[in-house]
Amino acid sequence: MNVEQQIIAVLAEQAMLDPSDITTDQPLAALGIDSLGLVETIFALEEAFDITIPFNANEPLAQSMDLSSVDALISAVQILLAKKAA
Amino acid sequence: MRRVVITGAGTVNPLAQDVDATYAAFAEGRCAIGTLDIRDLDRLSVKIGAQVKGWHPEQHFSRQTLPLLDRFAQFTLVSARQAIAQSGLQFDGALADRSGVVLGTAGGGLNTTDDTYRSVYAEGKNRVHPFVVPKLMHNAGASHVSIEFNLRGPSFVVSSACASSNHAMALAFQMVRSGAAEVMLTGGAEAMLSFGGIKAWEGLRVMSQEACRPFCLTRSGMVQGEGAAVFVFEDYEHARNRGAEILAEVAGAGMSSDASDIVMPSTEGATRAIGLALRDAGLAPEDVGYINAHGTGTAANDKSETAAIRTAFGAAAERVLVSSTKSMHGHLIGGTGAVELLACLMALRQGIIAPTVGYQRPDADCDLNVVPNMARQAKVTAVVSNAFAFGGLNAVLALRGM
Repeated sequence: MNVEQQIIAVLAEQAMLDPSDITTDQPLAALGIDSLGLVETIFALEEAFDITIPFNANEPLAQSMDLSSVDALISAVQILLAKKAA
Repeated sequence: MRRVVITGAGTVNPLAQDVDATYAAFAEGRCAIGTLDIRDLDRLSVKIGAQVKGWHPEQHFSRQTLPLLDRFAQFTLVSARQAIAQSGLQFDGALADRSGVVLGTAGGGLNTTDDTYRSVYAEGKNRVHPFVVPKLMHNAGASHVSIEFNLRGPSFVVSSACASSNHAMALAFQMVRSGAAEVMLTGGAEAMLSFGGIKAWEGLRVMSQEACRPFCLTRSGMVQGEGAAVFVFEDYEHARNRGAEILAEVAGAGMSSDASDIVMPSTEGATRAIGLALRDAGLAPEDVGYINAHGTGTAANDKSETAAIRTAFGAAAERVLVSSTKSMHGHLIGGTGAVELLACLMALRQGIIAPTVGYQRPDADCDLNVVPNMARQAKVTAVVSNAFAFGGLNAVLALRGM
């Protein structure tokens, strides 16, 4: 599995959907992932990729990374993986 | 029904280790939040909290007693000693049998749990100290108070996360009011500032890494604190007949459950608890001069609590003073309502309203009179103290001046 497929697998497990039902242009809210679900998703991605995703649930507008959609999550994880490799 | 009054108060908290010095800290708007001094801090992303500094348990407890006392029980016992000394009560005979202890705590002996897990899991030890169980149990603090002061009536501990103390005090109030007890020691304690205690909160992503700024636009979450406060709740006639100094009347309590979400607060549930407390106390919203808010500094609580106060108070919400002292002593979790009741007593007795410190910019969603940064003088005759817990459990107390 590549990074994108792995992320979609994490989201599918969280949202109780089939991975094939998730498209990269979807906002997380459209997958039924609420604020608590987002915190759990971030934890699962951190564990899967051994990265730390900056996120404070109190400052949704002041996050340093956009985590609002599948696309945004994929690019955030890719940026953090590149930083880790550097 | 009997009337219930407070005849003693004691505390150990991050601001001070007695009531008068805590009042002084509230009045000057001092903040006890700073960099934590705990083991493995480098492995935490949340590095701030409000610790009880300069705490020397050996000054308060003997070599024989200390191995039985987790930090939360130490805070509890010292607070109880102060409260009972102020009340002037001695518990023997029939009074002892009709007096008890109801305290709140969310984590109980969490430092003991943390240290012991570390020794058996991380350090591979196969032997633990013989007193681990009596030290970590949630009721340890209440039991030690009962033992030290010969309180032989109903004693137990209430655990409802951040509302534990308020639930405990609400029950103590009801027990004295109903005649089930003559005197109740009540309040709560917490000592959760251990590696595991902070790591758990860190996971939820609701903690601030810089400050606790309740009701402020730039608020960035909770900051944990630790400590205790204990009060003597006494039947009014009993207190009057013995000529006791009465600090305030516990006028009413309101409790409700959101029955909705495990972490997100419900405005409706909070509104009901506030309304029930006012009705129980026979107070109209305009009678209340000060509300000690739950005010955690999270995005969700402060917005929801503002809406609840507005709904419960109606037009009176425009002028009632509201502050969150968590901005100074942090969130004492299960002990928080107890320490916050001190700000209520200060308002009633000294006419000084403790401020919400760290306040930078107004938030349109939190548009109450939040007493920003500087204490204020105001004559108030009735006050309300809010506590809203994870799990949707709410407990609100109402006090009246005497």
